[in-house]
Amino acid sequence: MAQYLPPPEIIAQLGLIFVVFNMLVLSAAFMVWMERKVCAYIQDREGPNRVGFEGVLQPFADVIKLLFKEQLKPKAADTVLFALAPLISTTAAFAAFSVVPFGTETTLFGLLEHPIPLEVTDVNVAVLVIFAITSMGIYGIVLAGWSSNSKYSLLGGLRSSAQMISYELSYGLAMAAVIMMAGSLSLREIVTNQSGYWFHVIPRWYLFLQPLGFFIYLCAGVAETNRAPFDFPEAEQELVAGYHTEYSSMSFAMFFLAEYVNMVTVSAVATSLYLGGWLGPFLPSWLGWVWFLVKVFLILFFYVWMRWTLPRYRYDQLMEFGWKWLLPAAVLNLFATAAVVLWIG
Amino acid sequence: MSYYAFYVFAFIAIVSSLLVVGQKNPMHSVMLLIASFGALAGLYVLLDAPFTAVTQIIVYAGAIMVLFLFVVMLLNVPREEPTPASVSALLGPTGMRVGVVLSLLLAAEVVWAMSRVGVGVFSQGPGTASVSSVALIGRALFTRHAFAFEATSVLILVAMVGAVVLARREQH
Repeated sequence: MAQYLPPPEIIAQLGLIFVVFNMLVLSAAFMVWMERKVCAYIQDREGPNRVGFEGVLQPFADVIKLLFKEQLKPKAADTVLFALAPLISTTAAFAAFSVVPFGTETTLFGLLEHPIPLEVTDVNVAVLVIFAITSMGIYGIVLAGWSSNSKYSLLGGLRSSAQMISYELSYGLAMAAVIMMAGSLSLREIVTNQSGYWFHVIPRWYLFLQPLGFFIYLCAGVAETNRAPFDFPEAEQELVAGYHTEYSSMSFAMFFLAEYVNMVTVSAVATSLYLGGWLGPFLPSWLGWVWFLVKVFLILFFYVWMRWTLPRYRYDQLMEFGWKWLLPAAVLNLFATAAVVLWIG
Repeated sequence: MSYYAFYVFAFIAIVSSLLVVGQKNPMHSVMLLIASFGALAGLYVLLDAPFTAVTQIIVYAGAIMVLFLFVVMLLNVPREEPTPASVSALLGPTGMRVGVVLSLLLAAEVVWAMSRVGVGVFSQGPGTASVSSVALIGRALFTRHAFAFEATSVLILVAMVGAVVLARREQH
């Protein structure tokens, strides 16, 4: 029987893909629950507490409700593009996570001969791949805005995509500074460069070497995902619901899912670039993915906390911040990093 | 495995490029062109040039095509009227006649070029596989092609300044 099975490496690779995909979907569900609970406690109330223990099954109830809703399409909407937009958003969101490493090499308890790294694929231009796939996600929003053939959608879509394009520059420049310090585009190498401690206590994270870069990256990441103070394009008080006004049922669920998975990807890349990825004390190296999950969870909590604490930027304030403050700061950060790297290295 | 991947990507690239010119709705043309760029990026990966593939997606499919998309949306180009198929190409308007002649010339040229394809000798030997493609490109850019690199950056600056000047509102 064993000779009819594919080689164990293929099974392990398929298993990795299965695990990563399901973890992303489950983390989106977890984010729905966490957002509602944290929002509730910030607003001095309890949040969902009926559907499971402390409302843990609420996201699943939401998905079942969305499944049973009627799928609407405006009569004058462009059918092909209307159906294609949520697909592009969701595919880009999931594909970007494929190059993020979440653990050291493991032999899966000795089942494999050669250890496999814990990521879906190990590319030596991983940072650029993430950047590329994130820029493809813009099409989902632009097409959703345009093909819905509605004023709110079009304005929301255009504003949202203009915002994403503007903040991509600072996003890339912040990443470029880390790449310069690490000397490599591979996320795995960037994380392994952060191993070790200064004075046996402080870990060698790039967060301590690049505090401005971390701040720029987080700001740009929050703006990229249309969240927290930068969510003018989908603010309910302004544009009904922006680019996903005309979507219902599973298409809306796909946009929802894409937004949360994008948040998870931005947090995962932030932990790999600045917080030392899967490295951490006390646990053996093959349990590194636990530290990875802890760090990603911290950044996601910060995201949710920011959303329900800060008022949102007006659109022109948002664009001014992105172009006149964040971009020059990112360029200065890059110059300073280059100077220091040349001086030391 | 890469054999089949090549045929898949090549098929997608050719079919989507051909479909670009045949669409009534210009937005569909733009999306099909993006699909062909994606297939080209896949072909670059198969040619062992991941950096070129990713740069193709970032620059071409991610930036230039967004520009195309915005321009098409801004111009609000209406759907094309279908041309009458019964008009013979030889008797049709001048545009059609010239187009037919040019496409025949193109087909002849492609057939001539494909019949002369041989195995090329590249300047780098197998020993360069240990250095990543990014480092190779970086080294070439800053040593052999340094002048072209600097000239291109001045060109981009000129384009940006020109765009700002053209789009600026008149100040009274």
